[in-house]
Amino acid sequence: MQQGTARAGEAPTVRSGVAAGAKPMIELINVNKWFGALHVLRDVNLSVSERERVVVCGPSGSGKSTMIRCINRLEQHQEGQIIVDGIELTDDLKNIDAIRREVGMVFQSFNLFPHLTILENCTLAPIWVRKMPKKEAEELAMEFLTRVRIPEQAQKYPGQLSGGQQQRVAIARALCMRPKIMLFDEPTSALDPEMIKEVLDVMVELAQSGMTMVVVTHEMGFARTVADRVVFMDRGEVVEVGAPTEFFGNPKSERLKTFLSQILGH
Amino acid sequence: MTPPPAQSATLGANGMPVPSEEPRRPPVLSVGLLGWLRANLFSSWLNTAVTLVLAYFVISWALGLISWGVINAVWDVPGTGAQVDTSACRAIRGEGACWALIGEKYRFILFGLYPFDEQWRPALVVVIFVALYVVSAMRRFWNRWLGLVWIAALTVIGVLMWGGVFGLRFVEQERWGGLPITLILSTFGIAFAFPLSILVALGRRQTSMPAVKALCVVYIELIRGVPLISLLFMASVMFPLFLPEGMNIDKLLRAQVAIILFAAAYLAEVVRGGLQALPRGQYEAADALGLSYWQKTGFIVLPQALRLVIPPLVNTFIGMFKDTSLVLIIGIFDLLNTAKTSIIEPAWQGFGIEAYLFVSAIYFVFCFAMSKYSQDLEAEFNRHRRR
Ligand SMILES: Nc1ncnc2c1ncn2[C@@H]1O[C@H](COP(=O)(O)OP(=O)(O)OP(=O)(O)O)[C@@H](O)[C@H]1O
Ligand SMILES: [Mg+2]
Repeated sequence: MQQGTARAGEAPTVRSGVAAGAKPMIELINVNKWFGALHVLRDVNLSVSERERVVVCGPSGSGKSTMIRCINRLEQHQEGQIIVDGIELTDDLKNIDAIRREVGMVFQSFNLFPHLTILENCTLAPIWVRKMPKKEAEELAMEFLTRVRIPEQAQKYPGQLSGGQQQRVAIARALCMRPKIMLFDEPTSALDPEMIKEVLDVMVELAQSGMTMVVVTHEMGFARTVADRVVFMDRGEVVEVGAPTEFFGNPKSERLKTFLSQILGH
Repeated sequence: MTPPPAQSATLGANGMPVPSEEPRRPPVLSVGLLGWLRANLFSSWLNTAVTLVLAYFVISWALGLISWGVINAVWDVPGTGAQVDTSACRAIRGEGACWALIGEKYRFILFGLYPFDEQWRPALVVVIFVALYVVSAMRRFWNRWLGLVWIAALTVIGVLMWGGVFGLRFVEQERWGGLPITLILSTFGIAFAFPLSILVALGRRQTSMPAVKALCVVYIELIRGVPLISLLFMASVMFPLFLPEGMNIDKLLRAQVAIILFAAAYLAEVVRGGLQALPRGQYEAADALGLSYWQKTGFIVLPQALRLVIPPLVNTFIGMFKDTSLVLIIGIFDLLNTAKTSIIEPAWQGFGIEAYLFVSAIYFVFCFAMSKYSQDLEAEFNRHRRR
C-alpha cells in the first residue's frame, strides 16, 4: 500500500516527461475501487494524453480490466476522480452518456450483436445515439469495414464470421461512433494464433492514424512497437510506468522483473 | 469399374478430376420407406411384436371411431326447436354420433344468446379476428401501420358487437357469447398481458431501483400464488364492492382485467428467463456504444431475449387461450359455456360428447395454428445462428 502510493506518486512525472504539453484525454486521480471487501484498484493514478498509446499489462486478476472499464463507466469507482476529455465521471447520467459517446471499447469476447447483420451492428449506435441519417451511417460503416478489410461481409451475421473477422468488426463498430479514445481489453486473447495478427495489424494502423488508445494486452511485441508508454499493474496498483525501451530493458521493481521473466521467458 | 464415357468427357472438358468410379448407391434396404420401416418398426422380434400389437389397437380404435362418427352417425333429426324429435339419436346412443345436435345448435354454440337475426355481426367479428391474426403473423407487415390496423380492427369489432350506431341494433354485453367472447378475451388478454409482462420482467431486474423491483416481485408472486378462478371470482364479486355506488364496470371487462393480470405474471417469468439467458457482454457492448436504457432494451436485449423464449411464450399463450374458458364460472358465455348450455334442453341431454368434440375442434385449430406459427417463427428468427 505504502509502496503503491509512492509509485503512483511518481507516475505523473514519468508521464509529463513523455508527453509534455499535450492535452490530457484521460485522467485517473487516486482511483479506488472495491468489489465487496476485495480492494481491486488501489490509489490508481494515470494520465493519458491526446494521441497517446498506452499499453497496460500485469498478471491475471491485477485489475487491468476493472481499470479500463472504469474509464467508460462499465464499472463504477468509489473513490478518486476520473476525468475523460475534460468531463468528470460522476453519477450524472448526462456526463456518462457524453463520455460513452467519445470512448469506443473493444472486448475480449467481441460482444457483437448476433441478431443484427455486420452492417447493422455498425450503424445502430451512429443512427440512434449520434442521430445520423441511415444512409450516411451506412456509408460510414462501409468505410470503416473497408479499413478493417472486411467490406464484403457486411450483410452476414456475426455467427458466420471467424473470430478474427468478428473482432475486426467490433473495432469498426466502435470506430463508427467516431470516438476520440479507444479502449481495448485483451482484444486478441480469445483468438486462435493465426488470427491474432490480422487484428493487431488493424490496431497498429489505428495507432498510426493518431487515435488515443489504452490497450490491455499480453502481446508484448505490440507494446514494444506501438506503445508510447507501458503500464504494469499488480494487485490493483500501478506499479511501474515507462516508455517501452525503459520498461522492457530496465525494469525497476522486482514485481515487474518477475512478471517479465515469466511472460517473456517462454 | 470404368466410368461411363459421356460423364468422363464432360468432366474432363471442365478440367475437373475424372472420378475413378461411378458413385455407388446405398443398399436398398437401408434407405427410403423400406429402410425406415425396417430400422424403426421391425428391427427385432420384440420390436416386431410391439409394432403388431400397437397396430392392432390403433386400427381397431380407428375403425370404431369411423363407425361411431361416420357410418352409424345421425346427421339429421326431424323437427326443430322445442318440437325436435331426437329419438333417432337416442336409439343408437353409444354406437353412433348425433351430429344432428351440431346442425341444430351450432349457431348457439358459436354465438350464444346474441340476437339470432344479428348473428352475422359476431360472425364477421370472428372473420376480422382471424384476418388480424393472419396479417399480424406475416413479418412483412411488421411496421408502424400494424398498430393502426389493430386499433382500427378492434374499433370495428367493438362497433359490430355493441351496435347502437350506424343503424346497428344495440346488443348489451350480457347477450354476447360463444367464439367471439373467447377470441375477445384471449386476444385482448395477450395483447395487453404481453407488453405488461415485459415491463414487469424488466422491472424485476432493476437492482438500482429497489422499489420498482419489489413491486414487480410482489405482483408476480401474489398473482401466481392464487388460482385464476379465485381471481375471476374476486373480479366479479368482490371488485364491485369497492366501487362507488351506482358505478358499474362491465362483467366481461372485469374478467378481462383478471385474465390480463394473471397471464402477465406468468409471462413475466418467461420473459425474465430470456433476459437472464442473455450474456452480460451484450449489455456491456450496448452501454459502451452509448445506447440509452430503452434503446439498449429495444434493439439489443428484447429481440434476443424474446426469441430465446418463443417456445415457453407460446406455451403460455396457448394455455391462456384455453384458460379463458374458466370465465364460465362467473356466468360469461364463452365457447365452452355455450357448448355446455346447448345440451341443457331435455331433448338434447346426454349428447355432451358431440358438443364438446365440436368446440374442442375449434380450440384445437387455434392452438395448433399458434404452435405451428411459433415453430416457423423460431426457425426464421434463428436464421442468424446458421453458418
Ligand atoms: N464483477 C465482479 N465482482 C466481484 N469481483 C470481481 C468482479 N470483476 C472482477 N472481480 C475481481 O477483481 C479482480 C480484478 O479483476 P480484473 O478483471 O480487473 O483483472 P484483470 O487484470 O483484468 O485480469 P485478467 O488478466 O484475468 O483479465 C479479480 O480478483 C477479480 O476476481
Ligand atoms: Mg481482464
